[in-house]
Parts: sequence; C-alpha cells; structure tokens
Amino acid sequence: MSSPYLPHRAEIVERIEEASDVFTLRLRLTDNDTRRSYRFAPGQFNMLYLYGVGEVPISIVSDPRDDSLLDHTVRALGHVTRGLSALQVGDTVGVRGPYGRGWPLQAAEGRDVLVVTGGLGCAPVVAAIRYILRRRDRYGRLTILQGVKHSKDLLWREQYEAWARHPDTEVLLAADEGGPAWPWHVGLITELFDKIDIRPGRTLSMMCGPEPMMVAAIRELRALGLGDGDIYASMERNMQCAVGHCGHCQIGGSFVCRNGPVFPYTELAELLGRRGF
Amino acid sequence: MSDWLPRQQLQHLIDVLRGAGYHCVGPYVQDGAIVYGPLEDEASLPRALRDRQAPGSYRLEAADGPRRFAWANGPQAVKPLAFAAREVLWQCRRDADGRLQFEAAAPAPTPTAVIGVRACDLAALAIQDRHFMEGRYPDPSYAARRRSLLLVAVHCTHPAATCFCASTGDGPEASTGFDLALHEQDAGYVVTAGSSAGEDILAHLGLEQASTEAVTAAREEVQRAAQAQQRALPGRNLRDALFANLDHPRWNQVAERCLSCGNCTLVCPTCFCHRELEEPELDGNLSRHLREWDSCFSTGHSALHGFNIRPETGQRYRQWLTHKLGSWHDQFGRSGCVGCGRCITWCPVGIDITEEASALCAADTGPDS
Repeated sequence: MSSPYLPHRAEIVERIEEASDVFTLRLRLTDNDTRRSYRFAPGQFNMLYLYGVGEVPISIVSDPRDDSLLDHTVRALGHVTRGLSALQVGDTVGVRGPYGRGWPLQAAEGRDVLVVTGGLGCAPVVAAIRYILRRRDRYGRLTILQGVKHSKDLLWREQYEAWARHPDTEVLLAADEGGPAWPWHVGLITELFDKIDIRPGRTLSMMCGPEPMMVAAIRELRALGLGDGDIYASMERNMQCAVGHCGHCQIGGSFVCRNGPVFPYTELAELLGRRGF
Repeated sequence: MSDWLPRQQLQHLIDVLRGAGYHCVGPYVQDGAIVYGPLEDEASLPRALRDRQAPGSYRLEAADGPRRFAWANGPQAVKPLAFAAREVLWQCRRDADGRLQFEAAAPAPTPTAVIGVRACDLAALAIQDRHFMEGRYPDPSYAARRRSLLLVAVHCTHPAATCFCASTGDGPEASTGFDLALHEQDAGYVVTAGSSAGEDILAHLGLEQASTEAVTAAREEVQRAAQAQQRALPGRNLRDALFANLDHPRWNQVAERCLSCGNCTLVCPTCFCHRELEEPELDGNLSRHLREWDSCFSTGHSALHGFNIRPETGQRYRQWLTHKLGSWHDQFGRSGCVGCGRCITWCPVGIDITEEASALCAADTGPDS
C-alpha cells in the first residue's frame, strides 16, 4: 500500500512575479511515470511542500492539456508560502495531488458561464476562465465579475483587459472604495448584477472569494432565477492531509478537500454563511 | 458454541497467545486509573478493585471478589494501538545540491493481542477502520497497525455511572469485531471465537465446552449491565434535531462552562482529527513529516491565514457535538458516539454529552427518533 501522504519531487521550471507578494511557480514533476500519469481538472489543488517547513494546498491554474507543467499562483502569506516565494528556478519542492472536485466544466458546455469572484482568492476561478477561453466555442456567454475592497487591491489588471477582448466575453470590475485611476464600478460586486443580462436556465455560475460576498451573490442570483444546482462555489478551509483524514476542513459532513473544494450550492445551502462552520 | 476457561487457567490464555507470536497488551493500574499496556502475566491484571465514575471524576476503590474485569473503561481506548497519537508519516532528505528525496515511513508492528477490549471500543474501532482504511486513500500506517491486532473482548458487566452504550446500541455485549470474546464469571470465563484467528487460539487452548448454566448466567449478567445504565442519548440519530437548533441558547450556556481543553476529544475512541507538522534535523539534511492527534477545541484547528472559522468556545463545542452526533451520520451512516462515557468522566468541569444533547434536542426529538 503506497502512502497517500508522500509528496513527489518537482522542479521549478519558471517563476513568474505577478505582484509584490504574488508569484506563479511552474513545476515539472521529476519522475517520468508520475508526470505521464498525472491528470487534473481545473479547480482541483495540489499540496506543495517546502523542505523543512511543511505543506500548503494551492490550486492548479495551468491547462489540463498542458500536463507537463503545473502552474500554481501563490500569495506569500504564511511560513510555507513565504518560503516558496524565495525559491528560484531549478530548486525542488514536493508535490502531491491533484485533490478534490473541480469545476463542472463539462456540464457548463453549451451554456452561459457567470464567474463571480472577490478579494484576492481568485486563483481557482482563473483556472476555469482560462480553460473556457481556450475552448471558447464550446461555451455561451462568459461574464466575469471581480470585486475588490479597494481599487489598489486589484491584481492582474492586464489579464482582465486581455480576457475582455475575447469574443462574447464581458469583464466587469467593482471596488468598494475606488481611486483616481479606477474607471470601473465603485460599490459592491452584487450591484454589477444590474448591469448584465443573466439568462436563468442557460447560466451556470462559478464563484470563489470571501464567504460574505458569496452569500450575497448567491442570494441575488437565486432571486434572479438561477437554480441552486447551477451555482457552484469553491470553498477554503484549513487543510493538512488533503485526503479527508485529518478533519480540519469539515463543513458539516463535507470534507472540503475531498468533497470540494468546488461544491454545488445544493450541498452548501445548510451551512454556508453560518458563523462557526 | 462456547468454551469454558477456568479462572486459574487465565495465564494459559496469555501463554497460548504469546506462543502464537503475539505480544500481549492488557489492562493494569497506573497512576490511579486502569490503562492498557504490555501484559506479562495475569497477576498484573486489575484485581479486587472497582471504578467509580461521575462527571469530572474517576476513582478506583477496593472491592471484593476474584474478578479481573469488574470495571468500566478507563481513559484509554484501543484507538492509540491503531491510530498512533504521534507518528512519522514520511521523511525528506536533502542532498548537497538541494535535491529532495522522499521516503514513506514503513511501520512493521509486532503482532499484538489486546486482552479486555470492551464493546464500545470495538464499535469505535470499526468507525476508525472505515475512516482510515476504506475509501480512496487508505492509510498504510494505520492499516499495518490495525492488521497486527488480535482483539480479545471482555463483555462488560460493570458499567460506570457515565456509561450509555445500551442507548447507542454498541454494548455492553460485544457482538462483532473481536477475535475472541470472554464472559467473566467468578469461577472463570465463557469463551467464544469471532474469527478464524480466534478459532485457532481457541483450538490451542483445548478447553471443555461451557455449561448451559454458565452461558445463561453470562447472558443475564450482560443484560443486567445494560439495564443498570443510568444515562442515555435522546435518540440514535440526532442529526436533524441538532442542525435545527444551531442557534439554541444552550450553546452559549455550555460555552460558559467548557474550558475548550480538548480532553473529551483525546479520550474519545472515535475522534480522528490530527494535525501534520514538520521536524527538520538541525544538520539541514533531513526533515521528518509527522502527524499527531489534534482537537476541534484547539485554536489552530480551524485557522486560516489571518482568520479563524471558530474563534469562540461555543462554536467549537457546537462543531464537536454536531459532528459527533449529527454530521457523522452523513459521513459514516451512524453516530460518532459509542456511549463509552469517557468525555463525561474526563471533562474537568463535568460537561455531560447526554445532558447537553437532551437539552439541545428537547423540542425536536420524539419517541421515534
């Protein structure tokens, strides 16, 4: 019986500085067999290991078709991520995964996709957006709503502008507090729903971000007629084992690492937004 | 079919187990409590004593009679023998060029016979087996330890005041999950096998058949033990009742008493939460990745960067209880409580799970739940 906890060795092939404390590591699994058999879906995550410090769950933002390299966009926040940010091309880390349930990208084919994301935790939906844009003709309208607290918090401004240039793709941004160079909406992200034409029944929504934002967005989307089964959210909890054993990530009976991190709202309705769960 | 092991031949059972290659573990008294540890001979088993348990209290007292198992469980379950309290999962070597080499731990446990396992702990072990061994990611360390165990149950005839296994359906009689089971009487033991490994041991013991009277007496003692239990949960499935009462004022009331110390989770035979941690060697060439038991009452359990899902004690107690008696049903198809009562006895302020559950679910449990 092989250990589900044992990382594989991976080499940093490229390191991309995204913002002052945000970076992307492009990783290549060292072992040929491991690399060839590795398959993932957007929305799934890997556990990245920094020697002598520990592991962190990081979502995979590369395309599943480019399975030779695995991209992870990381924000340097804790011991492990700050250490990872100091690594250079050629350094090795540990990788195990992929874990969990990703976005319903097959179920979304032929339908409109509404992405709602807030704050800085948008890496999981970035994977879905990139996946859809590379297969643009398989999907209907793509609408991306991104909210931030302050206009200066917005990362990847160029990326949003690049996404907006794709056919049938709309990007709307909102900041609770605007600034001098903020041409977009000032206010809550949910106010953007008034500015777009959502077609209930044809639309599948994917969201990720602070839970109060998702609770508010889900309330509005349901009021607009979206079905509970057409709303998906990626959840974040303390994760240590990633295989449903250690118990930290539980929300009610769900293990976020195993049953999520992407959940249909039907599975979250009982406890989402309830403090303490 | 049951065999009869006369009291004076209890050592014979230990000898046969040892002869079959098992290291023996059994109950003995240490620091004023009955715990499980290496068992050299039958003389070290508890004798002439009884336990007195109450919320927040455990005492051993002198008692009459020849019995060795006339007590209810102490703080320890069988859990640590399969799910180690702390263990290395893997280690990582770093060479001079900074390349990493990962090596999984490969535990090779000695075959171990555990004498004196109670029904509640067998039920709990079945849950832990399911958690760690069944499913997509079986745990090799747990599995290796678990498969090395031979379980000799002793049906419980002396429940403590804190026991309520009859209400959870997990005791006091051990019905499944053992290799051998003993019914203790003054003169000896009614012995049955529950597995082929147990049958092999039984064959080596070469015992006479137990008399009908002994078998009947044993049954009756266990039935009396069930009837003697003073506590009960208000139902076997409290999932909906608990989740319908997430805003009940009782959560804040219990939070005023709860110290958030985590004792309940450490003595609980079904709690499986553990944290992972890293221990690098000082020479910089080797780092070990470990796990150790964690508790949903600890500050770190629900911590995210700069944010804690459950900063308040009431939220932690609610998490523990709604999981144990509620969402456990979603995960395992049964409650996470086996009625051992340890969380009541070993709570330093004597919080009683049966009392709290009854208060919380009073409006939502009927006789049918």
